[in-house]
Amino acid sequence: MLELARVSKRFGGLSVLQDVSFTVPEGKVFGLIGPNGAGKTTVFNLITGLIAPSGGTIRFKGQDLPGRQPHRITRLGLARTFQNIRIFKEMTLIENVIVGMHAHLGYGVPGWLLSLPGFRQQERKARERAHELLSWVGLDRKAGDIADNLSYGEQRKLELARALATEPKLLLLDEPVAGMNSGEKVELMAGITQITQRGYTIFMIEHDMRFVMGLCERIAVLNFGRIIAEGTPDQIKSDPAVIEAYLGREDDEVTV
Amino acid sequence: MEWFDNFWAVYSNLVLTIGINALLALSIWLTLSCGLLAMANAAFMGIGAYTASLLTMNAGASFPVALLGGIAAPVAAALIIGAPTLRLSGVYLAMATLGFGEVVRVMILNADTWTGGALGLNGIPQLTQWWHVVAALVLVLLLLWRLRRSRIGRAFEAIKEDQIAASLMGIGVMAHKMLAFALGAGIAGLAGALNAHLTFFIGPSEFGFDRGVDILTMAILGGTGGLSGPVLGAAIITLLPELLRSFKDFRLMLNGAILVLIVLFLPKGIWDPMRLRQWFGRAGVR
Repeated sequence: MLELARVSKRFGGLSVLQDVSFTVPEGKVFGLIGPNGAGKTTVFNLITGLIAPSGGTIRFKGQDLPGRQPHRITRLGLARTFQNIRIFKEMTLIENVIVGMHAHLGYGVPGWLLSLPGFRQQERKARERAHELLSWVGLDRKAGDIADNLSYGEQRKLELARALATEPKLLLLDEPVAGMNSGEKVELMAGITQITQRGYTIFMIEHDMRFVMGLCERIAVLNFGRIIAEGTPDQIKSDPAVIEAYLGREDDEVTV
Repeated sequence: MEWFDNFWAVYSNLVLTIGINALLALSIWLTLSCGLLAMANAAFMGIGAYTASLLTMNAGASFPVALLGGIAAPVAAALIIGAPTLRLSGVYLAMATLGFGEVVRVMILNADTWTGGALGLNGIPQLTQWWHVVAALVLVLLLLWRLRRSRIGRAFEAIKEDQIAASLMGIGVMAHKMLAFALGAGIAGLAGALNAHLTFFIGPSEFGFDRGVDILTMAILGGTGGLSGPVLGAAIITLLPELLRSFKDFRLMLNGAILVLIVLFLPKGIWDPMRLRQWFGRAGVR
């Protein structure tokens, strides 16, 4: 579904990603893990069009992504959440979610100007859908609250509902459980499982190993801008290169 | 009705100026609601005023045609300068648009065969009736009220809060900024065209930096949370100097002091429903 081939990114002389290649298969949960500063969020920023790659190809459902503006990429069916939450804090929850439906509201100028039936019907449907999406993440009863008043974990869930509102085929989650307590993590895990059962493909970056191993069917490991391993959770767990990247090598101490 | 005739004979100009200032405040409110601090509205007002006046005086156009010209010219100017400047944000956009305002002023000064240069345009036919101003204000308010409740208004608000998140919601950020900028320019141009046909005379100094700051002050003072704020702000900024007339030499000082007090105690503007509810709602409960 999503295919990265020999993608690289340099910021001046600093090479952040080198020859990154992997494929996110349709209908699965795919994970990208790696130590801090490995370049994981940069991968997301390249895919969503926020920054341009220095080389390589990124294809989504057969279409080249680099060179397209972020809102065009979103409209192809690709949505994301952010590691540092970026909800619209001064809006209510339901408004946040309806903003995500922007491209799917097809009424024209006469529609909103004169409040024609087509406009009212689409707005009503959007509101109903937004309530439904909020109920998926368990925030429906807070629909009218201002988003800034939510707890950290709830804000992450709201961001998830807002991303779903763009009707994506592929959902990119950037550290979805960062800063959550273990109860919230279990809850979100169930939520994400439900979302995949509804036919969405998920590609997530995550630090929490138990969370990643429990959810992902395939995992790629990024270290110092290179993919060092890719496979099923069991393969990754026993891969010597991965263990080395996370725990260090024993003879490291000898060389110091 | 005699008292009204007397009142109107004395104050009609003041009342209509409130209406025109309200249009100007709404024009900058529109760009502010999209998170843009654009300071070109005085220049757009000037472009509208000169275009409309030249249309009625030199081309013999009818008033509706002149008004349409007064809207179209600043919209065209906004579309041209918007492409390079709207990429900027915050104070950088303010600087660029202020620079544009100066360019417009100097161009009006130097194109004196058309514009009369520093002497301005004299003897503009007084075609603006009171109901023209009322109709313009009502139509603009209706337009903006409907806009706010549509996907475009939500997109503006989303862009104001976080434009990267907005673009990832599928919102074309640049196109929406351009829409807010051009529509604001059109409203400012309409205000300029109406004003020119009310006051007989326009000159380049009317559309300079001072006017730009006045327009911004009206919107910020009134409150940018809704449509009532800019209208209220325009009324206060227009009326305050008149109400303080009896203080003679202290007038400007008092005027300034009142504005400072309002900003200190009502940082979100006078029309701030949350705070008003906080003040009066709580008092009502007790």
